[in-house]
Amino acid sequence: MFKVSSNPHIRSKDTTARIMQYVVIALLPTTVFGVFHFGLHALLQVLITVATTVLTEYIYDRCMHKKISIGDFSAVVTGLLLALNLPPSAPLWIGVIGGVFAIIVVKMLFGGLGQNFMNPALGARCFLIISFTSIMTNFDCDAYTGATPLAAIKTGESAPDLLDMIIGRTAGTIGETSMIALLIGAVFLLLMKVIDLRVPGTYILSFVIFIILFSGHGLDINYILSQLAGGGLMLGAFFMATDYVTRPVTKNGQYVFGMFLGIMTGIFRIFGPSAEGVSYAIILGNLLVPLIEQFTKPTAFGKKKVKKEAV
Amino acid sequence: MSDRKDEAKQSSMEVFFNGLVKENPTFVLTLGMCPTLAVTTSAINGLGMGLTTTAVLVLSNAIISLLRYIIPNRVRIPAFIVIVASFVTMVELLLEGFIPSLYAALGLYIPLIVVNCIILGRAESFASKNSVIPSIFDGLGMGLGFTVALTAIGMVREVLGAGEIFGVPVINKALGGISSLLGRQEPIEYIPISIFVLAPGAFFVLAALTALQNRVKRKMQERGQNVDKIQSGCNSDCASCSDSGCAHRFVDVNAASGSVANAKNDSL
Repeated sequence: MFKVSSNPHIRSKDTTARIMQYVVIALLPTTVFGVFHFGLHALLQVLITVATTVLTEYIYDRCMHKKISIGDFSAVVTGLLLALNLPPSAPLWIGVIGGVFAIIVVKMLFGGLGQNFMNPALGARCFLIISFTSIMTNFDCDAYTGATPLAAIKTGESAPDLLDMIIGRTAGTIGETSMIALLIGAVFLLLMKVIDLRVPGTYILSFVIFIILFSGHGLDINYILSQLAGGGLMLGAFFMATDYVTRPVTKNGQYVFGMFLGIMTGIFRIFGPSAEGVSYAIILGNLLVPLIEQFTKPTAFGKKKVKKEAV
Repeated sequence: MSDRKDEAKQSSMEVFFNGLVKENPTFVLTLGMCPTLAVTTSAINGLGMGLTTTAVLVLSNAIISLLRYIIPNRVRIPAFIVIVASFVTMVELLLEGFIPSLYAALGLYIPLIVVNCIILGRAESFASKNSVIPSIFDGLGMGLGFTVALTAIGMVREVLGAGEIFGVPVINKALGGISSLLGRQEPIEYIPISIFVLAPGAFFVLAALTALQNRVKRKMQERGQNVDKIQSGCNSDCASCSDSGCAHRFVDVNAASGSVANAKNDSL
């Protein structure tokens, strides 16, 4: 017989778990590159951080008598992103503390996936940077010693070779160094329609315009490319600013959000005391999302915009 | 007038414990957040701030209670502020003279005790309606409740953020003991989570301790103990109360009959 049910009748196959799995797959190239580049300790760091986030979410759900939510893979993505944001030489307990903080404080206390007002991985990264500044900004490791490209540019030293920066043979966090590996993942996500170019496109574009205007280097193509390839801009723009939960839902809001991130990143990098500012820029942007959505609410079809009457 | 006679029936100890536990100014009423968040970077600072506030609170409660029939209702707030400010000035000068280290640590937050909403709140809702002895006990209870809360927050922040309690490096000593037991040459060093002595740590610790306090309270309720607040010194039905300055009116004034305040009183 006919089965009677209310709409919707046609469902997309994209579940939360599936989307999160795509993100994990897209992050694999840069993870593999990071492990290959920085050695076994990086692999251990990634594994332990991911295990921590998943286990923490499981224990939290268990203790609070909630449905076990680790099946949606979001904890895996959080752990992976957090690990990719850690310096390769950081001790393993850093990943554990960061993972617990990301899941419990930033995500679960606010109601779990979909309710968190801030990207959990970035929240944890900022928590770690403020708490353990010396560990989190020490990028020396067995494979590579020296300042990160951005720090070298900032202090006026000669920046590493541009090709090295694009391939990723520089100092940095585990997952941020290789622009090529990150772009492969980003293209995969774009092709699978998991993300679109609205946020990352406006982010990178406004950032480039900002540094052309204010960095004092003008249209120096070398400088612009090294700013794009160095630091966490690619990782942040394609994988963290595009987080469904913490970006605006309105289309215009996403453009505003991307522009805000670009300008803030530029301000942090050029005028701030430290060389990097992507994570702080994205977190600030996350906090402004409700406001941005309020201002960019689209009008429903057929409705005229209400003009304010003159008093 | 009948309210005031009713109040006299409350024993002084009950009023005292009300401030210390049931209506703890920090964890239950969430009053006085500015000093709570700003000065609790270490246990000793929290303790000093709490005791200073307690002294001012007891004295101002006593004086305001004595003057409660003299101060005209319309100018009561300026009058309260003058009384509180004089005591704060006295305490500030005394601290500067006798405990200069604490004076330096608390800094700007001592003069700011004048506008601490715990003190004005107790003056408004308790001292101006009750006789002297209960008012003193209310000030003592509220002040000590504030002190306990601030010291607890300061202790947690100091342990996590610096590895010390009252300046004693307890964690490193404990770790040193453990590592010598294990026969390690170099003792394990504690790396402090410095965010806890910075501003965000204050919010984390306050939230965690408030949650803990709520849990304890719920457990007490399950065991059948009475944890109801003594509605901040007024036992009457809010809707027919003549006191227009009472903060509780904002909650209940438009409620239907059988409002929260009434239900509370029935259970008492």
